[in-house]
Amino acid sequence: MVEFPLLSVMTFWPFIGIALILFIRGEPEVVAQNSKHVALYTSLFTMAFGLFMMANFDGSSAEFQFVEQSGWLKPLGINYHMGVDGISMFFVLLSVFLTPICILSAWDAIKTRVREFMIAFLLLESFMVGTFCALDSVLFYVFFEGVLIPMFLIIGVWGGPRRVYSAYKFFLYTLLGSVLMLLALLALYVQTGTTDIPLLMERVVPAGMQYWLFLAFFASFAVKMPMWPVHTWLPDAHVEAPTAGSVILAGVLLKMGGYGFLRFSLPMFPEASLHFAPVIYWLSVIAIIYTSLIALVQTDMKKLIAYSSVAHMGFVTLGIFTATAEGIQGGIFQMLSHGLISGALFLCVGVLYDRLHTREIARYGGIVKNMPKYATILMILTLGSVGLPGTSGFVGEFLSLLSAFQVDVIVAAFATTGVILGAAYMLRLYRAIIFGPAENEDAAAMPDISMREYALLVPLVALVLWLGVFPSAVMDKTAASVDKLVAQVEAGAGHPPAVSLKGRPEKPSPQPVSLDDVHFD
Amino acid sequence: MELVAVFTPFIAFLVVGLFGRSIGDRGAQFITCAGVILAALASVVLFDEVILKHQAYTTLLAPWVVAGNFSVNWALRIDQLSVVMMCVINIVSACVHVYSIGYMSHDPAKRRFMAYLSLFTFAMLMLVSADNLLQLFFGWEGVGLASYLLIGFWNHKPSANAAAIKAFVVNRVGDFGLALGTMGVFLLFGTIGFDAIFEQAPTYKDAYFTILGHDFHALTVICLLLFMGAVGKSAQLGLHTWLPDAMEGPTPVSALIHAATMVTAGVFLVARFSPVFEYAPTALMVVTVFGGLTAFVAATIGMTQFDIKRVIAYSTMSQLGYMFFALGVSAYGAAMFHLVTHAFFKALLFLGAGSVIHAMSDEQDMRNMGGIFKKIPTTYALMWIGSLALAGIPPFAGYFSKDIVLEAAWADHSWFGNMAFWLGIAAAFMTAFYTWRMLLMTFHGTPRASKKVMDHVHESPPVMLVPLAVLALGAVFAGWGLHSGFVGSAHHGGVEEHGVEAVHHEMSEDHASGERGVGGHDTGDQSVTKQIAQNIEVIEHGIKAAENQIIVEAEEASYEVEAWAKENFWQKALYVLPENDTVEQAHSAPFWVKKLPLLMGVLGIALAYIAYMLLPALPGAVTRVFRPIHTLLFNKWFFDELYDALFVKPLLDMGTIFAEKGDRGTVDRFGPDGGAALSQKIARGLSRFQSGYVYQYAFTMMIALIGIVSWFVFRNGQGF
Repeated sequence: MVEFPLLSVMTFWPFIGIALILFIRGEPEVVAQNSKHVALYTSLFTMAFGLFMMANFDGSSAEFQFVEQSGWLKPLGINYHMGVDGISMFFVLLSVFLTPICILSAWDAIKTRVREFMIAFLLLESFMVGTFCALDSVLFYVFFEGVLIPMFLIIGVWGGPRRVYSAYKFFLYTLLGSVLMLLALLALYVQTGTTDIPLLMERVVPAGMQYWLFLAFFASFAVKMPMWPVHTWLPDAHVEAPTAGSVILAGVLLKMGGYGFLRFSLPMFPEASLHFAPVIYWLSVIAIIYTSLIALVQTDMKKLIAYSSVAHMGFVTLGIFTATAEGIQGGIFQMLSHGLISGALFLCVGVLYDRLHTREIARYGGIVKNMPKYATILMILTLGSVGLPGTSGFVGEFLSLLSAFQVDVIVAAFATTGVILGAAYMLRLYRAIIFGPAENEDAAAMPDISMREYALLVPLVALVLWLGVFPSAVMDKTAASVDKLVAQVEAGAGHPPAVSLKGRPEKPSPQPVSLDDVHFD
Repeated sequence: MELVAVFTPFIAFLVVGLFGRSIGDRGAQFITCAGVILAALASVVLFDEVILKHQAYTTLLAPWVVAGNFSVNWALRIDQLSVVMMCVINIVSACVHVYSIGYMSHDPAKRRFMAYLSLFTFAMLMLVSADNLLQLFFGWEGVGLASYLLIGFWNHKPSANAAAIKAFVVNRVGDFGLALGTMGVFLLFGTIGFDAIFEQAPTYKDAYFTILGHDFHALTVICLLLFMGAVGKSAQLGLHTWLPDAMEGPTPVSALIHAATMVTAGVFLVARFSPVFEYAPTALMVVTVFGGLTAFVAATIGMTQFDIKRVIAYSTMSQLGYMFFALGVSAYGAAMFHLVTHAFFKALLFLGAGSVIHAMSDEQDMRNMGGIFKKIPTTYALMWIGSLALAGIPPFAGYFSKDIVLEAAWADHSWFGNMAFWLGIAAAFMTAFYTWRMLLMTFHGTPRASKKVMDHVHESPPVMLVPLAVLALGAVFAGWGLHSGFVGSAHHGGVEEHGVEAVHHEMSEDHASGERGVGGHDTGDQSVTKQIAQNIEVIEHGIKAAENQIIVEAEEASYEVEAWAKENFWQKALYVLPENDTVEQAHSAPFWVKKLPLLMGVLGIALAYIAYMLLPALPGAVTRVFRPIHTLLFNKWFFDELYDALFVKPLLDMGTIFAEKGDRGTVDRFGPDGGAALSQKIARGLSRFQSGYVYQYAFTMMIALIGIVSWFVFRNGQGF
């Protein structure tokens, strides 16, 4: 399989779908119908490639796999270089997994310019996959910025009443960060003479320069995450975006920030990363508490979930910048889990929005009677968001907090309050929508979810539960790459600081426990 | 066997949850009841294996979270402590399952109810059989979830929903401590597996965390954080406000979750961590103080409430306080003893109250009851048994366990042990008082309900009464039956005889089963000669093994005689430093210490009889005279109001402020919106220049030219 350019095929496969859609002619309804089908099948094919990739991925190796390299902008020494390791592989998978779900979710919801919507979505898929596969920083930058264009259009064209404001806010925020990143990339190129990511990881940048470059990259990734206080574009973008847009925004686009930290910031600027880590811890803590409190008083469903996303991403940044294997594993897992859970939560909001055309929490209530299936699914997702053990939400959150406790007890204590607040706002939302007396007749009369909606939500719910019980399905494959990353940071900047202990005897090395090791008292 | 004991309720939950519609109400009730009864039988078998035959073990199931140095498995730890808990959980749960068939017979959502009950049972079993803190946390949150679902079971009632959320969120405050405690354990020990923690605990007794420049004793910090979780789950003072509200749930739920099992999880946690708590004396002190205060405060509130379920709920809280101060004085066995007896008699009281409520057409206010004891005699009798056990009257279960708890507190000879002892004595008096107040107000006196309700009063069906009877057996016999095993006793005579008999019985049974097994092989495959030869080998092997086992058992027989002695009963599951062994010292407590609780109980009953039978005007008069105190107690010491003012309102206000003043008022104002407005302003300013008048352009050019020229001039300092 070495010869087959799997990643390129996966990245550019959506363009085949785009081409087909452009060729569709006929009545507007026929065009709309056909382009939906083409888009769906294209994305399903891409997903099949993704599953194939996962099946053939060697989790024991920390090296980049499915690597492709060829000359691109030869005079500048910039190559077309693609490959995935344990860190990026699951993000690719998440992208190709969520895209068909999004397309299917837009089946009836998008009524105008269907063809253009589908094209925009396939374009988005291509750029997302490319972002996570790119192993050349220029290539990465092209994909990373490219994502903005279809997303800008999706919000700005198919969004709600304030879509233009939100779309511009989204675009400007992210672009501002990206400009700084571009400058930093140029500086890196000048300094090291290469744009190749694996090579960049090996070349040591002088400490003084690391700080500036780190901050420039940080500007871009922090906006994408989003971290406090540059998070204010997210609630607006979510509220105005159509359901599919919200799903992909929360599910994949936010993860690009975290991925960027793992791919660039930590391995290339280890000293700067550890230097700024305490600041990032506190920004994360503020994000967790501040946005959780805001979520507590929201009256708009989408806004509430959007703010909860910021809080959840706070756990991610907290875990990643502890630069420990537990923390990074936790951060990655939390991102994947959040992609599934918040994606599904936005789908759930979409289900209600399609029926009543309002996101106002108070307009619902008492719908459990007519929509028991919906109530069950939303319950599981709510619990996932709350981080109940047994759902995927718990594992990442706990590992992040666990690693934070190793480096700073106070930070961990504050961050853990997010667990209490999370329960409060999510259960409050659930109660207001699902339970109570049915005060609004139209809400109480809504039909339960259709087969199509069932097909959208059940795979996500199943994954949330499955990964909660067997997270090793992911972690076994990410472990080797994460260990390598931790080693890179340690090589560049020494051991990350930890909480000091006195009077403790030599720490015994943890003993691996095997499954057949049954012991008797 | 352990798999059956733990997972059958889960399978029942899955089947009913997924296929409920096709199996119907009857099917769902059958499957869930059968599942839990099966689990109960399995746990009795485990009791025999683990406690009588001393075979504690751990079964690993699958890896769960493995990241870096952090590695945790799904596992079932089957030792003395978990088996005792499993027996209690499964037996009480089986009773409650069966009872619910009758109690919920008018409810349209029977399937959902039964499924939730089974889910709860499973989560609780996972909690007690965990062999690491993370799985314990899984069960811990799982029971919290089931509790949330069941409190809010009647989800059309706003009060039930509010109570459900309150329970979950307040519990999360406790879980916050438990989670941090788990992280602390990992920081200190490098693992969160129980075996490793307990083995290493003594070597870490001088370790300190340095936080913000201060040194904190590591084990104390960890124990206090874990205890915070226990405070939440077991409704100890401070985080108890959810428990009375939880009575919004159906009564079987209150019996199972909020009396017998879930709320005792905190007690279990501390007992499980006895090898660590023993090295954190400050933490033990805190546990004792919390327990003593809770026992006292809850009892004072219990005396003033009118809702029959709330009276029992405060009583539960108070009894949990007893268990905690027993833990605090290192009397872990005594705490577990009280946990078991309490599970039986309190579940009995709750289900009995449910039977009353059922009979009274869903009336819960005792002021609207009275005069019904002749109409529901069986319930009345069973409630008496439960009340006698709760008040600590011999020979009922509560007498034995409450006495040893109080004696142990006295035997600790520390200021906090003494404090707990006297608070406990006062609480014992109040317990007896409010129990009889409840009994008398509910069953005696003139009927205060409407005629319609009174005509409808009827005894509950057998499906409800039989489980009550089973629990009543426990409330009668659990005390003296388990006494010597759980806490040991000064007199061993009768126990030894019993032990020897049991061993003989088991040996003959084992022998028989061994023969059966061999015989089974024999009739297997006689036609194939090769296999016969193999079979003979197998048989010989089997016989040898059986013989060996018999020999081993015979050798151990002397050991097994003592199976009901304290130290053999608990083995390594509970750990007490020799100098802290208050249970042992309690046996030699002076006469007055041993008899004072009983005296208090009798006095409490007498006072209740006087106040509610002989002088009905007395309670009113007392209330009037002590108006301020009564107001304080009746309003539950104003905890809810205090928390509302201290936490709930400020946090909501902060949320609003952050959203308006923070996000919109600051970040957006000076960030994107401000930036956009600024650039617009600049652009507008600049666009003024594009006016279209030639003279303006000319003027601008002139100015610019002059500017440029002068800049060059002054820069170079000397003309062209």
